[in-house]
Amino acid sequence: MLFITGICVFFAAAITIAIVFFFFKYHRKDSNAVGIVTHEDSRLEAVWMIVPLMLSLAMFGWGAVVYVDYRNAPRDTFDVYVIGKQWMWKAQQPNGLEEINELHVPVGRNIRLILASEDVIHDFFVPAFRVKMDVVPGHYNTMWFRPTKPGRYHFFCSQYCGTNHAIMGGWVTVMEPSDYAAWLSGSSGGSTNPVVAGEKLFAEKACITCHVQDGTGRSPSLNGVYSAQVLLADGSTVTADEAYIRESILQPNAKIVAGYLPLMPTFQGQLTEEQIFALTAYIKSLQSQPVPAKGSGIAPPTGKR
Amino acid sequence: MNNTPPTSYELPRTHYLNATYGDGIRSWLLTTDHKRIALLYLGSVTVFFFIGGVLATMIRIHLLTPGGALVTPETYNKLFTMHGVAMIFFFLVPSIPAVFGNFLIPLMIGAKDLAFPKLNLLSWYLYMVGGCFVLYSFSTGGLDTGWTFYTPLSSVYSNSAVTPAVIGIFINGFSTILTGLNFIVTIHTMRAPGMTWFRLPLFVWAHYATSLIMVLATPVVAITLLLVGLERLFHLGFFNPALGGDPILFQHLFWFYSHPVVYIMVLPGMGVVSEIIPTFARKPIFGYSFIAGSSIAIAVIGFFVWAHHMFVTGESTYIALAFSFLSYLVAIPSAVKVFNWTSTLYKGSISWDPPMIYALGFIGLFVIGGLTGLFLASLGLDIHIHDTYFVVAHFHYIMVGGSVMGYVGALHFWWPKITGRLYPQSLSRFAAVVLFIGFNLTFFPQFILGYLGMPRRYHTYPPEFQVLNVLSTAGASILALGYLLPMSYLTWSMRYGKVAGPNPWPATGLEWKTASPPPTENFDVTPEVNWEPYDFKNRTDLGLPAATPSPAPAHGDD
Amino acid sequence: MHRTGELYGQFQTLEQQKESATLGMWIFLITEVLFFGGLFLTYTINRRTFSTAFGIGSNTLDITLGAGNTVVLIMSSLTMAMAVWSAQVGKKKLVCIFLIATLGLGTVFLGVKAIEYKQKFDHHLIPGRSFDMKYHPAHPMAGDDLKELALEKKEVDEALAVDPDINFHGQLYFSLYFGMTGLHALHMIVGAGLLLWLIKGSFAGRFTPQYNTPVEVVGLYWHFVDIVWIYLFPLLYLIDRHR
Repeated sequence: MLFITGICVFFAAAITIAIVFFFFKYHRKDSNAVGIVTHEDSRLEAVWMIVPLMLSLAMFGWGAVVYVDYRNAPRDTFDVYVIGKQWMWKAQQPNGLEEINELHVPVGRNIRLILASEDVIHDFFVPAFRVKMDVVPGHYNTMWFRPTKPGRYHFFCSQYCGTNHAIMGGWVTVMEPSDYAAWLSGSSGGSTNPVVAGEKLFAEKACITCHVQDGTGRSPSLNGVYSAQVLLADGSTVTADEAYIRESILQPNAKIVAGYLPLMPTFQGQLTEEQIFALTAYIKSLQSQPVPAKGSGIAPPTGKR
Repeated sequence: MNNTPPTSYELPRTHYLNATYGDGIRSWLLTTDHKRIALLYLGSVTVFFFIGGVLATMIRIHLLTPGGALVTPETYNKLFTMHGVAMIFFFLVPSIPAVFGNFLIPLMIGAKDLAFPKLNLLSWYLYMVGGCFVLYSFSTGGLDTGWTFYTPLSSVYSNSAVTPAVIGIFINGFSTILTGLNFIVTIHTMRAPGMTWFRLPLFVWAHYATSLIMVLATPVVAITLLLVGLERLFHLGFFNPALGGDPILFQHLFWFYSHPVVYIMVLPGMGVVSEIIPTFARKPIFGYSFIAGSSIAIAVIGFFVWAHHMFVTGESTYIALAFSFLSYLVAIPSAVKVFNWTSTLYKGSISWDPPMIYALGFIGLFVIGGLTGLFLASLGLDIHIHDTYFVVAHFHYIMVGGSVMGYVGALHFWWPKITGRLYPQSLSRFAAVVLFIGFNLTFFPQFILGYLGMPRRYHTYPPEFQVLNVLSTAGASILALGYLLPMSYLTWSMRYGKVAGPNPWPATGLEWKTASPPPTENFDVTPEVNWEPYDFKNRTDLGLPAATPSPAPAHGDD
Repeated sequence: MHRTGELYGQFQTLEQQKESATLGMWIFLITEVLFFGGLFLTYTINRRTFSTAFGIGSNTLDITLGAGNTVVLIMSSLTMAMAVWSAQVGKKKLVCIFLIATLGLGTVFLGVKAIEYKQKFDHHLIPGRSFDMKYHPAHPMAGDDLKELALEKKEVDEALAVDPDINFHGQLYFSLYFGMTGLHALHMIVGAGLLLWLIKGSFAGRFTPQYNTPVEVVGLYWHFVDIVWIYLFPLLYLIDRHR
């Protein structure tokens, strides 16, 4: 910020000073005077094209580095599900505790927000952390930050979303780990653990009839699949992240796992975003379960294909 | 210091304003004279500027207090939406091209009219019909989607009069396309003998580049808004995720037009500045071919940066990197222009006439606006300042500080040509300074507001942002004065201003070699051009004894 | 100024006038490319996402009528080009004949389109409340081949299993179908109007080797409308044609 501001102030000042200086120095004295012709100078033109270009590249580079880091969350994140809807925010802690227009997080951890919208486009913006990300219906977006100082920080919706866009905000509370733990256990307004809710849904919606854990079902076992590489029918691989899981539930024929038939029906319109979150949390919890030798969609380690 | 003509002039007996080739209102409403059409546009765009201005006033008054001082949230959302729609589509896009482009391009190239005069009139009628649809939308429930019409808010959730508004903008789009088409053909085929490409005034180059954007970008927004209207009317699902559509597709299609449109809005203003600076420094512009080329470069590169409006939508990082890089590239031609304008002042013979003050004001404010674009092009910074008041300040600096100041400057420069009259010089210099100061007071605080985190399109805000908001509103009152003053004295001058004569400044363009106001057919005899642009030194016909005649160098190509 | 002495006031020479008119039409056609382009882009993206529904939708289109129409339109472009040529070599009677032929072929095209649209209406394939892709296979109509119908029903059922939202996505296909062919038909109707105007002029003997710009310029427009159809036909009619 300072770098760009510095360069811009320099150029703005230089141009202003030049203009003002010329304005006064070459003010017309004789009403019939004409100016002195100064001929075109290609080298000068080249200089003031190349120098700004170099400075621009520097600005671009610095910004790009920050951005790439922002778009690639580290591995060990503290995940919070956030749903935006007209005109409020719901945040779900990993243990299932839900908050409305509030987000409590422990200090010093990498916090990753998984963002979903139930209606129009919103945006989760925390000015103090210098982070924001759009919340787009039909997509998951993720963002991450690492709070370094306990305190209360404003967050805002910053994508116009209708009448009460301006009051769709709240507070991020960053707490010492001990305070956070105390808050977590002491809070009333309990909600079911999303993993438990997800497991229930998994059975209710009959996912379990095909996705048998030991791999003997019609569909691949989901043990260990979260964040693993899945081998698809067309030979490509894909990382099984939250977005992949969501797509598999809502548009199952978009990517078919190698060796399996396109049998899975779609659940579009049958599940709310929260239910999809719960199922995702449950599938994530299967990460530590033993992967069956046959009947999993996980790609074999490279070199063995 | 003052450049009033030494002798007194009389208005020509017949000119385009009083030419008797029809009676009264019909001869205006059915005219095919590009100069009269320009005045029709002048009237219409002024009306929309006024409407947009009233809406802006209400917005600033409302934002005096954190809780909102004037209107309900619903109404506030309509205010900023309608302000955007009225100002962008019905004032800024047509302003300089439809008023000054129409009036001046045939005169500047030595032609009798544009290539397609009837199409020109049709353009105005399309503008008016589009405007009626939009005004209908404004008055029957208003519009609250933001001028950007993001889906699914605009196509599904909004309860406001979206459909008539998109129809109006759609129809107005064709007005723009036909104007651009007319300009391109005219500039290609109707130049007078000797008027080669590199003897063209830079105003014409700027409008050529603008017209390229007009014809290529506008059809895309036309079809996009048509799809939004269809989605609303028939519950289709192109952009609605609940029906399988993609809201991001809308954004790509929308911004593919809406980024180039900002260049439609600023390039003509740059063309105006490129005329004013050499005229009032009385020397050729420095780096003519670079300024001409940079207009084309801006038009071309401007088509490849649209997704810089979408850095935080979750688009792929590779796309973001590409568009950020290209956005930095598009800044370079603008910088080239600013450096060349400044260099033109060096060793010039600078008069302090009002058009010059406006042109310099343009440069100052455009520089700030343009440099802040560099902040926004930076991916890392944009994460923080996207969709905050920083963006609002940035684009107002360019569109108001740039384009509107260019428009008012053009009014002051060519007023004598259009009306045959001069206006009070001191008062207009004062108005220019008031405009400059008022503008900065209004919008500079908004950069700070945005950086501190105040999002845009907010009808209420946390109390810590109040001081800056009040400062901004106070500035707006001064800005308003800066607009009301010219409206008043220019109107006054139409009746009481001193008669200007053909070339009061004097300036070197072909338009100044005919009477003020010009006759209907522009030139009594088709001119033949054998001089270079802005060649004050060698033009003996300007009434400047300091000019020395010498054969004009053979230059330029056809 | 309009009937005799063809030079318009703002131009210096006929040459300049002709150059301007032709350049103007070319630029207009470029804007039309961008206008249709947005629709084509939307179609392409949606076709990839909803390939099943789009396949079924495409199969409900009558390929014979579509192919026939394509031939009709290409022939009309030929007659249009012949009209331009006739004007350039001064064969005034041929100009009239070829222009009328072009108009006739264009009208045939529009007539066939009207028949197709009516078919869609009968089969409940107009986007809106009564849209239903399962309707036609379940309700035979006079003149239907029952074997074809059974095949169709099988395809729709298979598609339903893969994409239960086939009616939603099918509506997208048909919205784009009607949008694109409708916009195209609108352009053809405008073209027909222009042809009528030309025919009137050709009867009056207006078009000579020295002055035939209107014919040339309308010819450019007509060829463009033809080219749009040549892209539309395979995109809309020929998906998954393995039957």
